[in-house]
Amino acid sequence: MIYLDHNATTPLDPEVFDAMLPYLREHFGNASGYYRLGREARAAIERARTQVADCLGVSPKEIVFTGSGTEADNLALRGVARACREKGRHIITSAIEHHAVLKTCRDLEGEGYEVTCVPVGGDGRIDPEEVRKSITPETVLISIMYANNETGVIQPIEEIAALARQKEILFHTDAIQAAGRIPPENITAQADLVSLSGHKFYGPKGVGVLYVKNGSPVAPILTGGTHEHGLRAGTENTAGIVGFAEAFARAAGACERRAASIERLRDRLEKGIVENIPQVVIPGSKAPRLCNTSTVSFRGIESESILLYLDLKGICASAGSACTTGSPGPSHVLLAMGFSSRQTNGAVRFSLGKDTTEEQIDFTIETLKEIIEKLRSVSSISAC
Amino acid sequence: MDKKMTDVKNIYGKEEIEGHQGPVLSYTEKVIDHFTNPRNVGEMSEGLADGYALVGDPECGDQMKLWIMVEGGKVFDIKFKSYGCPGAIATSSMLTELALGKTLQQAKELTDDDVVIALEGIPEQKKHCSLLGVTALHQAIENYELGRNKA
Repeated sequence: MIYLDHNATTPLDPEVFDAMLPYLREHFGNASGYYRLGREARAAIERARTQVADCLGVSPKEIVFTGSGTEADNLALRGVARACREKGRHIITSAIEHHAVLKTCRDLEGEGYEVTCVPVGGDGRIDPEEVRKSITPETVLISIMYANNETGVIQPIEEIAALARQKEILFHTDAIQAAGRIPPENITAQADLVSLSGHKFYGPKGVGVLYVKNGSPVAPILTGGTHEHGLRAGTENTAGIVGFAEAFARAAGACERRAASIERLRDRLEKGIVENIPQVVIPGSKAPRLCNTSTVSFRGIESESILLYLDLKGICASAGSACTTGSPGPSHVLLAMGFSSRQTNGAVRFSLGKDTTEEQIDFTIETLKEIIEKLRSVSSISAC
Repeated sequence: MDKKMTDVKNIYGKEEIEGHQGPVLSYTEKVIDHFTNPRNVGEMSEGLADGYALVGDPECGDQMKLWIMVEGGKVFDIKFKSYGCPGAIATSSMLTELALGKTLQQAKELTDDDVVIALEGIPEQKKHCSLLGVTALHQAIENYELGRNKA
């Protein structure tokens, strides 16, 4: 099997699994317990918190463990909206955010908040000027992703964060795809709130982090106990938290070395596709991108047909974002970039990982060449 | 022809999950076969085809072009080209196989259910694909009959 869907999820690192195992077995205690078993779990969670904070160059008090990246996004948006509702009810986000942000914003609109979705250029980048123009005296939060999950395009976070700071508006970034792929200290440098997800960097699923800069007004969205500084009630997922921290520390240490070799393979894939298959477009390729991500639009064919063929050949890829595979409708990200729905319909995302090899990439290119030729020979619409 | 949809196994040999709401699709071996080896793919020149139809909208995800050649009141030859998902391609292919050799009357009586049953089932979200081929066939026959009436 050739796994090229690392933006959907990554396999659990065996060493991370080993670090988690004791907390699923003998150290099963509730971290709120009085006895030793509980204290062991508490100590492990706090060690993990410090480990994550150290990687990000922030204080452990600023790390909130959540049940997923989606929950971290929800906590940031809903938590700030709720805490700041007397101050203002306007949120700025972008047209290319993950659904965890976009649908949460839609939901907040229903609760009386106003949401502005800034557009993106044809290169997949948000223009900070568009963000600046959208700011009103009512604006309480700007939420712009660090890097897009479909195209990998890295957004001008520094400029947007500077704008937010200048206007004293909170700035949140969904850095779920960026984490583990770019140096972690770069991520938190500018933002008040940052969402991360463990399973994107060889950690376990079901655990995320929201970095909350000291003093940022956030109200909890899950109520109950006083866990996670009162921001996220619920018995801590000790094994998941330990796994998150272990995986994050490993990714942080290896990220620059990994990035160089992954980028070389990604570029090899794109070069191979462009040189062997006519009528392809690579959205976002002109902008700075994550090292591992490539979305390729093959004209004249529909992406699910390509995905099924690839699957039959043992290659895992996805159309747009994995969450929407099989559901109708073209990618909102590519449409926002100005691609026609026909071009968008033929888009396939390849996302590489640390264990991707040159042989796998070459096999993928060969296979694609065959598949695309075959599907185009059946297609009723011309590729040109 | 009395196969029940729920008896169908998917390509991984597992039972279809009843009421499964997720995005994951699974296709029968028949669908995979017709998707990877579509029958009767091609085009007919204007002089050769007796009937032609173009249905669907590529902007919305699928489109089919269908040509028929009629001889002795039967579908003597049939060719298609389809743009779309595996469901669209497989149902198009199966439709041409079902229609080939049939009398025009029999071909007109073919329904989307016939195509789905011949494929031993198709995921719920893809049921609409089976209409594409049937609609194209019926339109191509209509197109042929109109042309004959004119002549």
